[in-house]
Amino acid sequence: MAVATDASRFHAVPMAPPDPILGVSEAFRADTSDLKLNLGVGAYRTEDLQPYVLNVVKKAEKLMLEKGENKEYLPIEGLAAFNKATAELLLGADNPVIKEGRIATVQGLSGTGSLRLAAAFIQRYLPGVKVLISSPTWGNHKNILNDAGVPWSEYRYFDPKTVGLDFDGMLADMKDAPNGSIILLHGCAHNPTGIDPTTEQWDIIADVIQEKEHIAFFDVAYQGFASGSLDEDANSVRRFAARGMELFVAQSYSKNLGLYAERIGATNVITTSPELALRIKSQLKRLARPMYSNPPVHGARIVANVVGDPALFDEWRAEMQLMAGRIKQVRQKLYDELVAKDKSGKDWSFILKQIGMFSFTGLSQSQSENMTNKWHVYMTKDGRISLAGLSSAKCGYLADAIIDSYYNVQ
Amino acid sequence: MAYRSRLAHICSSSAGRLGCLQRSGNTDALSSFRRLYSWWSSVQPAPRDPILGVTSAYLADTHPSKVNVGVGAYRNDEGKPVVLQCVREAERRIAGRELMEYLPMGGSAKFCELAVGLAYGEDAQALKDKRVASVQALSGTGAVRLFAEFIKRFQPESSAYLPVPTWSNHHNIFRDANVNQNTYRYYLASTRGLDFEGLKEDLKAAPNRSVILLHACAHNPTGVDPTPDQWKEISKLMKEKEHFPIFDMAYQGFASGDTQRDNQAIRIFLEDGHQLACAQSFAKSMGLYGQRIGCLSVVCADAAEAAAVKSQLEFIARPMYSSPPLHGSLIVTTILSDAALKELWYKEVKDMADRIIGMRTDLKKNLEDLGSKHNWEHITKQIGMFCYSGLTPEQVDRMTQEFHVYMTRNGRISMAGVTSGNVKYLANAINEVTKV
Repeated sequence: MAVATDASRFHAVPMAPPDPILGVSEAFRADTSDLKLNLGVGAYRTEDLQPYVLNVVKKAEKLMLEKGENKEYLPIEGLAAFNKATAELLLGADNPVIKEGRIATVQGLSGTGSLRLAAAFIQRYLPGVKVLISSPTWGNHKNILNDAGVPWSEYRYFDPKTVGLDFDGMLADMKDAPNGSIILLHGCAHNPTGIDPTTEQWDIIADVIQEKEHIAFFDVAYQGFASGSLDEDANSVRRFAARGMELFVAQSYSKNLGLYAERIGATNVITTSPELALRIKSQLKRLARPMYSNPPVHGARIVANVVGDPALFDEWRAEMQLMAGRIKQVRQKLYDELVAKDKSGKDWSFILKQIGMFSFTGLSQSQSENMTNKWHVYMTKDGRISLAGLSSAKCGYLADAIIDSYYNVQ
Repeated sequence: MAYRSRLAHICSSSAGRLGCLQRSGNTDALSSFRRLYSWWSSVQPAPRDPILGVTSAYLADTHPSKVNVGVGAYRNDEGKPVVLQCVREAERRIAGRELMEYLPMGGSAKFCELAVGLAYGEDAQALKDKRVASVQALSGTGAVRLFAEFIKRFQPESSAYLPVPTWSNHHNIFRDANVNQNTYRYYLASTRGLDFEGLKEDLKAAPNRSVILLHACAHNPTGVDPTPDQWKEISKLMKEKEHFPIFDMAYQGFASGDTQRDNQAIRIFLEDGHQLACAQSFAKSMGLYGQRIGCLSVVCADAAEAAAVKSQLEFIARPMYSSPPLHGSLIVTTILSDAALKELWYKEVKDMADRIIGMRTDLKKNLEDLGSKHNWEHITKQIGMFCYSGLTPEQVDRMTQEFHVYMTRNGRISMAGVTSGNVKYLANAINEVTKV
């Protein structure tokens, strides 16, 4: 029996806008050109532009299959072995914060889910407090804060003139904000710009945050993936923690362990006492229960198995260095091609100074559209390219596309 | 506290005070200060989850005869968790696959197709017309949450009506989604059965175009389901009131052992032309609890509307978790798209349902054999994983304290936790606490 269309409850529901990042891959798949290049979503590719499942992950999955573990519900806060491992990876196993029990860790649905849980906690316990996000930042940050009902505003970050960090602007905006605001920072490998503060700059940022009694909220999606070293990439978070500051930290294992689809990450709250940590953890659980009850087990077990076995852990470090190394190589190649082909003397060195998976090319929206429409290079409209999707072989072609778009399109 | 007040006049800001205390080296004062001045000093410990808290208490108990009939996770007759053979085989086939890339925001399309075919019956006209919007969700909880957020956004004037009682997390979900919620009568304590007259009265009294949450089969926590005739009446009444049905189906196949019998309420409503939604979970029926694999589907007027609705559900999912986890969807897809594995699953889920039905019979018989004066018919009349025993909270407390039997305080017993090894002990405990 058919339903009368004018009686439909949902006839007024409009089509949602395509996601600016995930929509790029869909458009790429639909393109039939041989020249097409996907520099959209930040998922690592090998030199042959194939997805890469880490060897340690395959080994861990094989171990898990052999163990034949059950599929029971995890507790709301997730797998205990994973929570322990992830906090230790973030801060270092001998960090006083961990020894003193001053950290609440809850397994989350990768970076997004971990950010959302923290945002929901902020909405409940700091209603009305604003979160300051960098301009630009990962597009989904705004969606997460909006849907969690948390107000936000932006602090200056990217300086188009230098294609670098607008440090003075950043500090001024943090100082202008009302005391007790929340500052969302990227722990390393800023997305989308690839521009990170130096250690000295991090210290100054921490000073301002402490003066203004702000709270720092770190999004750590690339630990180990940026420089190749887990410890080096956690430097910013560790320096802040060492000052005794209370922090939020959202972690993701999508990129550094290639576990994108398994949705594995963590929400951490670093506080001033173990009793507080327990109370905070209980409230994080209370927010998670009506969202998804308890988190998925598969990715958590993979991480716990890799980190828990010294041989696998070493192998993981090596694979991360390989991935980070390939990206550095490709940055160098792209830079060399641009310098060779662009006779104008424009300074392309920002490509080498930026770090991590992404490069903010400085291309405008219409220039980025030209990249796609004319050159079949798929990227996000803010000028971001994912170097993880670039091979050395395609650097020359990409350089041509960038030069054409930059100079010939307004 | 003496140090805090002594130093307070020296340092003007709490940051300054903290610095002074840090320099003073007085760790006790520093701790006190930190507790007082932390951002989170006002954060109270959350109450323990009434369901999941039971298992933690059980695990902490060292008594040799302890019994866990709390959380609804299936156990075999040895009291052990079970991973289905069809699941193990599916995992062997998918291990070592090359791809772990992000699923789309709406999850695996193939998974959704198979899931809704199972839920609605593969010959459902709505499926043939391609007017069902479906997205992979984080098991049943995630599916209901997506639906609640969708209703908040697109039917904000509608209140949600939940049965009394219902799974406790339903209330949390609608509350956290900021959807106004009400209740309708469902369970009748005097008969330990359905309060059909009360249900009809309450649905009639609700404003037209309300959202009504229904348990498709094996009502949680009572195990009391409407008969097919009663479902037909409910469907007709809801059509008159233009109410919107959302079916929570967490036990398809698990209730009667027959997947196409367990979904008959949904098929009745579809026949009557309702636009409805269904939140499916594969946690119990495939034993995939920890994988968090489920599906939210919404029957729409036509294919274009279904596309729009799906896009909006994805738009809600993106800032919650971006895309759902892959592993569970691969397992379900592998099983449901292979004829032999699917048959194996049908057999295994029927075995689970049959064991539970057997335990119901045994428990009732044991209580009768012990000479209990009460009427225990409801144990075998109710269906699915749970039995609403009728025990009062005080009696439940005695079950736990005196007999180390763990269950929720609403008197719900998870029959999946009953085995031939513990059924006599359980019957004895129930008999003792209910003796007049």
